[in-house]
Amino acid sequence: MHITRRQFIGKSALATAGSTLIPGFLKAFESQTLGRKNELGEKILVVIQLSGGNDGLNTMVPYRNDIYYKGRPTIAIPVNKVLPLHDELGFNPALAPLRPLFDDGLMTVVNSVGYPNPDRSHFRSMDIWQTASDADQYLTTGWLGRYLDAACEKTCLQPYDAVEIDGSLSLALKGEKIKGLAMQHPQKFYQSTRSGNLQRVAMQTESHAHQAASYLYKTLSETISSAAYIYDRSHIFKSKAPYPDTELGGKLKTVAAWILSGGRTNVYYLSLSGFDTHVGQNGQQNRLLGQYAESVKVFVDDLKQRNRLDDVLVMTFSEFGRRVNQNGSNGTDHGTANNLFLFGGKLKKPGFYNGAPDLASLNDGDLQYQIDFRSIYATVLKQWLNTADEAVMGHRYEYLDIV
Amino acid sequence: MILASQQHWLFHLYQRAGFGAFPGQLRKVAGKSKKQAVAQLLDHAATVRPLRVVEASELTLSKVAQMSKEERKELKQDSRQSIKDLNIQWLARMASGEGALRVMMTLFWVGHFACGSLFCEGHYSCRSRNAFFMQQYYNVLHQHALGKFGDLLLEVSKTPAMLQFLNNQQNRKDAPNENFAREVMELFTLGRGHYSEGDIKNAARAFTGWGFTPDGEYQFRRYGHDFGEKTFMGKKGTFSGEEVLQLILENPQTARFITQKVFQFFVNPTPDPEIIERLSKQFYQSGYDIANLMETILTADWFYDSKNAGVRIKSPVELLAGLQGTFGVRFEQEQSLLFIQKALGQVLFYPPNVAGWPGGQNWIDSSSLLFRMQLPEVIFKSAQVTINAKDEGDVNTEFLSRRSGRVLQATADWPPLLRHFSAVPDRQLLPELAAYLLPIPLSETQKALVQSRADKTNRESLLKSLSLALISLPEYQLG
Repeated sequence: MHITRRQFIGKSALATAGSTLIPGFLKAFESQTLGRKNELGEKILVVIQLSGGNDGLNTMVPYRNDIYYKGRPTIAIPVNKVLPLHDELGFNPALAPLRPLFDDGLMTVVNSVGYPNPDRSHFRSMDIWQTASDADQYLTTGWLGRYLDAACEKTCLQPYDAVEIDGSLSLALKGEKIKGLAMQHPQKFYQSTRSGNLQRVAMQTESHAHQAASYLYKTLSETISSAAYIYDRSHIFKSKAPYPDTELGGKLKTVAAWILSGGRTNVYYLSLSGFDTHVGQNGQQNRLLGQYAESVKVFVDDLKQRNRLDDVLVMTFSEFGRRVNQNGSNGTDHGTANNLFLFGGKLKKPGFYNGAPDLASLNDGDLQYQIDFRSIYATVLKQWLNTADEAVMGHRYEYLDIV
Repeated sequence: MILASQQHWLFHLYQRAGFGAFPGQLRKVAGKSKKQAVAQLLDHAATVRPLRVVEASELTLSKVAQMSKEERKELKQDSRQSIKDLNIQWLARMASGEGALRVMMTLFWVGHFACGSLFCEGHYSCRSRNAFFMQQYYNVLHQHALGKFGDLLLEVSKTPAMLQFLNNQQNRKDAPNENFAREVMELFTLGRGHYSEGDIKNAARAFTGWGFTPDGEYQFRRYGHDFGEKTFMGKKGTFSGEEVLQLILENPQTARFITQKVFQFFVNPTPDPEIIERLSKQFYQSGYDIANLMETILTADWFYDSKNAGVRIKSPVELLAGLQGTFGVRFEQEQSLLFIQKALGQVLFYPPNVAGWPGGQNWIDSSSLLFRMQLPEVIFKSAQVTINAKDEGDVNTEFLSRRSGRVLQATADWPPLLRHFSAVPDRQLLPELAAYLLPIPLSETQKALVQSRADKTNRESLLKSLSLALISLPEYQLG
């Protein structure tokens, strides 16, 4: 009989006791799985969410487009500052650290990504991106949560198979049967589950006839054992790469140590906030893009050096782009379609996946989408995470030739 | 099995019809029957107490246009404070226990007719309008919370908050916007599968012209209304928006949909089809009388069946209001209340979308459960807060996730609880407190665990230590 670690320790109070109390024979059982992946394979997805609506046009600049410069007399990125990538688009100079990745075929830019009937509310549009719903549909599970659910057909994954580096869990990682796990730092998370009281409470594993109570106890004991597991699997390897001392830099450093320590987490979810640039956009956006680019550069280099980049796909999105014309406060208001970035060692179409956004055919001042983001999700699920995408997405979306 | 002792059924009643049985309240119902206790709840709920944080005069657009830059900045700060004030005042009402049933019912309707902070950007006046609209919206739900569902539906549909949130302000004869028409049927009345796409199109035409003035008044704009013939739910006529709502109410499915939601919120998340069918018929025949529906539920024997006890996971604001009300908790900084709401995923006046908070097990994941269980230590022992609340990236809501310092400073008021249990001998205090704080009985090992944390220095330390141990159990998350 195949017995998983979960089934094994689930039956024992040891599940709550933390790794130091796990006896030798169980350690041996664990060591077989050390560095090995779960049933879903070796591939890892790292999602970086830019919260607030990143202005895509000042990120990937259409530096030869008059409409762009006319619509943004004070905030357009001047031609001589742009880092041209081809004859239509170039990087905002703050993205300079990414230039070598782009040149080495480790980055794909997908332009004009969006969805039908776009919603300009942060909450709603982020909901749509996180649940992969239609604009008029309200789902209570996220696409990566349903990815966890899908594995339950065979053996359910553990919450730590999809982890958000944050204080609270995003809808994206909430499934029906199982939810991912949110934590800010493995060590702090572990410590927070080490309080004697919490451990003793969780030990009360005698039958809880009461359904709601048993759900709480199950979640509690999973949390405690996950914290122990993650702590074990994330500090074996200490990265020496020069991660910038920023919020995102710190988060990516945590993720890299975790991946390189052989943790079996398949999905990491991170976000960087502050892109809601209605007023005085450029200083704010450039600072954030700079932080983003520097951190991603070090992360990709780190994984490449350790020969793990072929197993990792980084995807960056924002809930919407911003309007083509600037507003009256040297900023931009909420818009629609936007660009999306992929990084990794196994990209099928590095460089630009498609053409530049069409600024001449706008819908009420906004860019029109060409690629439904759910096609990208479906492709990532199918081609990268080896999962039946239709069950997760609830619909069949066309695959793209990206990974 | 029916909850027999008064202690148990009162606990259950006050968990559901309010935010917990607070020390002062229980004294007033001692010795009463269920019927009398429910009658008293309804009686106390009769008073309508609107929130008043923003005045209508503060939002006249022309005034804003004449303001200096500094004045505008100040206005923006003020209006942000206003939303915060609304949030805090509502929470304070929950924690006061006064008019508990109406306040709880309002929370139910806010989740049902979910309407969020408006989409607004750039405009200086937007925020104060926002606060005023949300205040108005709250007051409408509060006023009709126990009235006729038909009045509630019509009135909330005409609030500027809802008209704007569901884009009916843009719904015109020459360019219909179907958002409101769709949600009113899908989420507010009939439920999915009980209307056609054609019904939505025709209803949207009936709602054309429903708008509001800059001063926050409902306004019917004749020139934008489609007076033509519509086909709705198999009937033909030149229906107005009011008539469409009336037709929706004539469909018993609306009574069924609302009753099921009420049952799942107040009784048990697992629906009981037979009881719901019976209740919904009565609800329909009573002309959608909400107070009558609630009275029927709260006085029914099955409501007090032990299988319905402790099956609800408290929502974050229920948890917070319960802690405040039971222990007289006061936070040094109001911001702490917002931070906790944000960290646990329920901020009053900021529902996730028009479908409201999903609730139930959706409240619980690893991080939220840990934070919920650490909250008592954080509040009563100034333990450090180890998590941050997520910043959504919206410039208008980032203030919600702010936390000042690493602790949420708070004080508790123990004397009322000490008085409440004054007649209970020390050795009986644990079972009595457990029955007062937790919805389901503890096992022997759990009791031993709680007992091991008892500080027997004196009566007060004993009460404090046992209370803290009890509310740190997962069972305290249930109501």
